[in-house]
Amino acid sequence: MKEYQTITEISGPLVFAEVDEDIGYDEIVEIETPSGDTKRGQILESSSGLVAIQVFEGTEGIDTNSSVRFMGETMKMPVTEDLLGRVLDGSGNPIDGGPDIVPDERRDIVGEAINPYAREYPEEFIQTGVSAIDGMNTLVRGQKLPIFSASGLPHNDLALQIARQATVPEEDEGEDEDEEGGSEFAVVFGAMGITAEEANEFMDDFERTGALERSVVFMNLADDPAVERTVTPRLALTTAEYLAFDKGYHVLVILTDMTNYCEALREIGAAREEVPGRRGYPGYMYTDLAQLYERAGRLKGVEGSITQIPILTMPGDDDTHPIPDLTGYITEGQIMMDRDLESQGLKPPINVLPSLSRLMDDGIGEGLTRADHGGVSDQLYAAYAEGQDLRDLVNIVGREALSERDNKYLDFADQFESEFIDQGFDTNRDIDETLTIGWDLLSTLPKTELNRVDEELIEQYYQEDAEAVEA
Amino acid sequence: MSQATDSEAVREDGVIESVSGPVVTATDLGAKMNDVVYVGDEGLMGEVIEIEGNLSTIQVYEETSAVAPGEPVENTGEPLSVDLGPGMLDTIYDGVQRPLDVLQEKMNSAFLDRGVDAPGIDLERTWEFEPTVEEGDEVEPGDVVGIVEETVTIDHKVMVPPGYEGGEVAAIEAGKFTVEETVAELDTGEEIQMRQEWPVRSPRPSADKQTPTTPLISGQRILDGLFPLAKGGTAAIPGPFGSGKTVTQQSLAKFSDADIVVYIGCGERGNEMTEVIDDFPDLPDPQTGNALMARTCLIANTSNMPVAARESCVYTGITIAEFYRDMGYDVALMADSTSRWAEAMREISSRLEEMPGEEGYPAYLAARLSQFYERAGYFENINGTEGSISVIGAVSPPGGDFSEPVTQNTLRIVKTFWALDADLAERRHFPAINWDESYSLYQDQLDPWYRENVAEDYPEVRQWAVDTLDEEGELQEIVQLVGKDALPPDQQLTLEVARYLREAWLQQNAFIEVDQYCPPEKTYGILTAIKHFNDEAFEALDAGVPVEEIQNIDAAPQLNRIATTEDEEAEEFIDELEADITEQLRELY
Repeated sequence: MKEYQTITEISGPLVFAEVDEDIGYDEIVEIETPSGDTKRGQILESSSGLVAIQVFEGTEGIDTNSSVRFMGETMKMPVTEDLLGRVLDGSGNPIDGGPDIVPDERRDIVGEAINPYAREYPEEFIQTGVSAIDGMNTLVRGQKLPIFSASGLPHNDLALQIARQATVPEEDEGEDEDEEGGSEFAVVFGAMGITAEEANEFMDDFERTGALERSVVFMNLADDPAVERTVTPRLALTTAEYLAFDKGYHVLVILTDMTNYCEALREIGAAREEVPGRRGYPGYMYTDLAQLYERAGRLKGVEGSITQIPILTMPGDDDTHPIPDLTGYITEGQIMMDRDLESQGLKPPINVLPSLSRLMDDGIGEGLTRADHGGVSDQLYAAYAEGQDLRDLVNIVGREALSERDNKYLDFADQFESEFIDQGFDTNRDIDETLTIGWDLLSTLPKTELNRVDEELIEQYYQEDAEAVEA
Repeated sequence: MSQATDSEAVREDGVIESVSGPVVTATDLGAKMNDVVYVGDEGLMGEVIEIEGNLSTIQVYEETSAVAPGEPVENTGEPLSVDLGPGMLDTIYDGVQRPLDVLQEKMNSAFLDRGVDAPGIDLERTWEFEPTVEEGDEVEPGDVVGIVEETVTIDHKVMVPPGYEGGEVAAIEAGKFTVEETVAELDTGEEIQMRQEWPVRSPRPSADKQTPTTPLISGQRILDGLFPLAKGGTAAIPGPFGSGKTVTQQSLAKFSDADIVVYIGCGERGNEMTEVIDDFPDLPDPQTGNALMARTCLIANTSNMPVAARESCVYTGITIAEFYRDMGYDVALMADSTSRWAEAMREISSRLEEMPGEEGYPAYLAARLSQFYERAGYFENINGTEGSISVIGAVSPPGGDFSEPVTQNTLRIVKTFWALDADLAERRHFPAINWDESYSLYQDQLDPWYRENVAEDYPEVRQWAVDTLDEEGELQEIVQLVGKDALPPDQQLTLEVARYLREAWLQQNAFIEVDQYCPPEKTYGILTAIKHFNDEAFEALDAGVPVEEIQNIDAAPQLNRIATTEDEEAEEFIDELEADITEQLRELY
């Protein structure tokens, strides 16, 4: 392998070097600094005679005499089932003191697009045990459903709760598990730029609940090189694809925090002096994010699945910021955390009104969850939205000025928050329990107000004696 | 993608000079603008988009990892073209017309590999050709010489290609032919095959463009009722994420009364396209009862597929639409979403380091958008038949802000605007189309059709609904300040009527089977039932009945149930309901 000492320019995370052979786009590069450190990078632009290299581990210590080696291949992730239970750094090297990883295979981390023709449409209900999700924004296997959060909100607790509690109800019957252990549930956790404290919180919980055994953890911490963050989720997803589509696992991928990932993209874009798009983020950010998020789903004739829960913190709680905005256009809905609900002490502080699960309608109903699920959810939405509107009005005219009907809606909104949403991070509710609470709440409204539920179902579930709620 | 079958088209080889994402430059290519080239050792398909001296810039339709300078580039010397012929319906393509099922088979993988090519229509399959002209007949370009049954729903018409001279038919025969075999010969020596090739960036010729006067019935109450689209018209659906663009587009694809539907998933979600692929073969076409796929051509270029193919997929789609228009069909084309197309232009433009226009979009954005929408219309074809292309483009404005360039430039061209609203979506009011902001400029030219085919007073009743909703909008502002009970009784009643308009008429549940599609008669029926309630209620109010008692009659909430009543029973249900309303209200005074 030829070594070059031809670096001509170093700028931010980028290194430019002259070459006298043809180097492939996206290939991996090793740079050895005078002090003997080896840093890895990737070709961002290749022309005859000159290449631009993006260095993952930061360019500190590189000088124009550093030697550059071209590895002749694009970035690969060593994959094996033995990765389960392991903790790796953001570049995929073990940091848990365990043995070296002996890969079954080395996979290209960019990943190829799934042929839409080969996809299986996701419609298997995942019970997360969280009413605000199961009842109102149902998650299904193969979905990508991000949590839109903001600084200071307990999104990590919610993510952990989901990772801990998520099951597919049929599996409880115990039939699937006997089949060659094919239907196990694995967690791939990709952390980008989270603090050491947050990382500990996750690790402690994984260890405490024994979840670590069925998890692969990739850790890029806040003080790790920012550019490495562009690689971490790709390593995580490559691992997830191997586990899901080659080994038949049902994989839950949690990526946190996507905002840090996007910041890293912007940093590289700025260093390359690209024409910036909105708020300085590169124009190709949509395509780039799609290449991550679209690596979720199910394939026809394949046992496993990838369900993604990316977490992002919205700068300034603004959901029109480019990061949540572009994410929302790619993912199949969003779970929205709310600062007001948080300050009221609700756990989890999920605001169901702006939340959405696009795949919900196909994953619920008779034979999947319960026949009344869709109607109950629609009715709860409509009633809660009406109660919210009335709250604004109460601030102006006071409760006494409102009609009896309006007062019922106000009470409904309060109870919806305290009974339905506020369940705590340790409570695991099954779907029947969630729907029962829903009916308790709906029964406080007059029967004639229930226009989103089938009349037969109203007869079946509506409790004439509204006092039941107090019980 | 059309494959040049004559291999002498390969003229000259170039050499890659540099690679940066989907943009590759090559020297010594000797190419014309927009020539299709095959890049690198793997032969990745690309298109020449800039020529500077000896250096050609190419946008590559596939992933370029590991492509290196020095690798060869092969020029086909032909522009990006599609194969046109029987077999396009009931098929799903990627952005450069490669059938996805064939790709899966060829790659033997669920993932899309690189460098695999496939013809847009099956070259092996034979079709039963039935001539419609005889030997000795005079034919001109565009004329139909025969028919093959492409699907149970659609007869595919075999036409003389537009570039031909035309003349007397020298030989023609019924029988089984592949798309490449000659089905007819002219005395000029020209031979006619079922397959035609057409460059996607140039519109197919037509004789004349006419004013559209027939509505494209969508089965969506708010669209047919308030903001109708004409056959041959253009519409835009802008809205923030989660407001229901895709559900609306899919409803249109499923239920609109077009003959042919071309559905372009441009830069959207993979699972969404899978849903379409899974659902459409099982769903019946509301016009014929046959499978919906029998009239549908799908183009799926999901968000993670190469960005350059996203740029080309709308052209692929509209060219296919034009071919069916030439046969005299009414085609509806859905592009979901045109914003992703515009962003693909922006991405390529920024890699070319062009001077950006507004928000980084290239300065030619407006021109490209208008060129695309102008390919819609109600046409007189060169063979004398009439056909139409209606284009419905979804727009995904960042942050739901309609002042951004793609929405604004689209609105300057299209005549129907269906504004999706995040507020309505949050309330689960679907379709979340805002009735204040939306408009249709086709109303006047379509009213005669509605008067003749639905009801004589249709435009008047519609106007009543618009006025009532407008009044509600104004009253709501007051209610926000003082509460509903502070309003005078007549205004409270107006609010009640408007509520029924919203809940019983404008809302429509795409997930309930009976309510997915609402025929225009039922749309009108629900509206007149609400108007009946309105008229009777105001009479009762004039007679001194308190507004609470009027609101509380048992029959009124039944208005909400009309939509979910089977279409055949709806008329009877409405008659009974109107009688109940009259009876119950008159009892009060």
